[in-house]
Amino acid sequence: MSQAFTKSMARNIFFGGTVFFFLLLVALTVDTMQVLPKRDHRENITPAVERGKMVWEKNNCIGCHTLLGEGAYFAPELGNVYQRRGGEFIKVWMQAMPTKAPGRRQMPQFNLTPQELDDLVAFLKWTGEINTAKWPPNIEG
Amino acid sequence: MQYQSQAVAKPYFIAAIGLFAGQVLFGLIMGLQYVIGDFLFPAIPFNVARMVHTNLLIVWLLFGFMGAAYYLIPEEAETELFSPRLALLMFWVFLAAGALTIVGYLAVPYAALAKMTFNDLWPTMGREFLEQPLLTKLGIVVVALVFLFNISMTVLKGRKTSISLVLLMGLWGLAIFFLFSFYNPSNLVLDKYFWWWTVHLWVEGVWELILGALLAFVLIKVTGVDREIIEKWLYLIIAMTLITGIVGTGHHYFWIGTPEYWQWFGSVFSALEPIPFFMMTVFAFNMVNRRRREHPNRAATLWALGTGVMSFLGAGVWGFLHTLAPVNFYTHGTQITSAHGHMSFYGAYVMVVLTMISYAMPMMRGRAANSDKAQVMEMWSFWLMTVSMVFITLFLTAAGILQVWLQRVSTTPLGFMAAQDQVTLFYWLREISGLVFLVGLVLYITHFFVGGESRKAA
Repeated sequence: MSQAFTKSMARNIFFGGTVFFFLLLVALTVDTMQVLPKRDHRENITPAVERGKMVWEKNNCIGCHTLLGEGAYFAPELGNVYQRRGGEFIKVWMQAMPTKAPGRRQMPQFNLTPQELDDLVAFLKWTGEINTAKWPPNIEG
Repeated sequence: MQYQSQAVAKPYFIAAIGLFAGQVLFGLIMGLQYVIGDFLFPAIPFNVARMVHTNLLIVWLLFGFMGAAYYLIPEEAETELFSPRLALLMFWVFLAAGALTIVGYLAVPYAALAKMTFNDLWPTMGREFLEQPLLTKLGIVVVALVFLFNISMTVLKGRKTSISLVLLMGLWGLAIFFLFSFYNPSNLVLDKYFWWWTVHLWVEGVWELILGALLAFVLIKVTGVDREIIEKWLYLIIAMTLITGIVGTGHHYFWIGTPEYWQWFGSVFSALEPIPFFMMTVFAFNMVNRRRREHPNRAATLWALGTGVMSFLGAGVWGFLHTLAPVNFYTHGTQITSAHGHMSFYGAYVMVVLTMISYAMPMMRGRAANSDKAQVMEMWSFWLMTVSMVFITLFLTAAGILQVWLQRVSTTPLGFMAAQDQVTLFYWLREISGLVFLVGLVLYITHFFVGGESRKAA
């Protein structure tokens, strides 16, 4: 690198660039926060949805599944599972686990109460209604 | 080793390597579960194995970063560490907290662990990579703050170099952005949005400052190139890292409920994210080519060059592969993501910690470099682990492309499990590559115990 370009110039680019682009991130975040209510439909976050998110977290569902594409890639996407399967199927499915089919991937039995199952379905239903810019590409997730 | 207190790095490095071995072991278990679905079920369900795999990675890298800082800072500051005793105390606190957490994951169902640790009072668990119970998270904060206090005080009383300053900024950033892990709103979109302020701003932000500083330090030591030149490069690289990486956070905001303009910001800025990694590769090779001394530790030089190349491939190329929104629409949350995750973490953070260990460990054992015999074994382990990681990445990429095609592009899309069944071959090949990686790791650990005539410390 040329001698005319000094370390302190490089340092100034670093500090200036970092501050500028961090402020840009903050500005975009402020704007996003204004727009989000129309996209996440937070008016529909009922106590059941809130409890359902807790059920989701307490059983580490993200350790196998993706939710809106984030998580582990061992088991199906669940952001649109309510649309794909419906609430009743989800409950029956979870109660029937594990399948114990030899050699097949197994889902643990989480022994959820009927209330917890309802809450989880409420959470997944709400999640499925988030405006995700038309992702996933199709119903299979 | 120029300062006695640098020796506190040793237990940190040993713990890091031990936990690394655990991480690889659980990786192999999961790899097998991909093809033999009921392997170890219900003793170790996949979600538990994955949590152990990823959390061990994070914890051992933190051990590595802390050990590296304890070694580097006294030498850069030209003074003894502010408090070696505090550093040792924090080592045991962190190790105990880490071990207890992993035991908790394995011994009881996750829901029971959440209950035992009062997750209901302040729910933070059950989110990817941040699965730790609240107490562990608080423990991490305490250890990080004490650690930062210790090294900051050391820098304050000693010489202040650009490398120390960049390392300190990276480490302080690590602690500050971890605080977002305590924010868990019931609105999933907000949860995800700020979850990335920990996860993305760590690995594509402040951790890269740590990476750059460690690499720069080792390059000064092994090449003898003028500090002014190396530090100029360092500033330029991390400038590009943050200029591209901060708004590059947007590549996670395509499909989680956030507005569509993020598809533009995320695509454009993250398409530029390979630049700093490419600069890092050029930097490493350039400095080694312009070296003014022949350092006897050739293994450390190899790791340093490898870090440049592999971080560019893993983070740069494999990141770019799926970062443009129209591509990511199809690849989001598939094995492509997993492929990128593996090679980028290995290429950037695993390798830079191993670079630092490779340089510092012989010094702490009273020699400039290990014997030729030990170095040859270390270099074998470098190639075995690195090449097998390339293959793991290639096989996961192949699996991912097929998965995307079968499940998302085809006019008659298959369901998730039906598509998975079609790509089993690649999961087998990945698992075999993983076994080769394990052989490399065994060689790596063995090389510490190989004797032979070593060179005296300079």
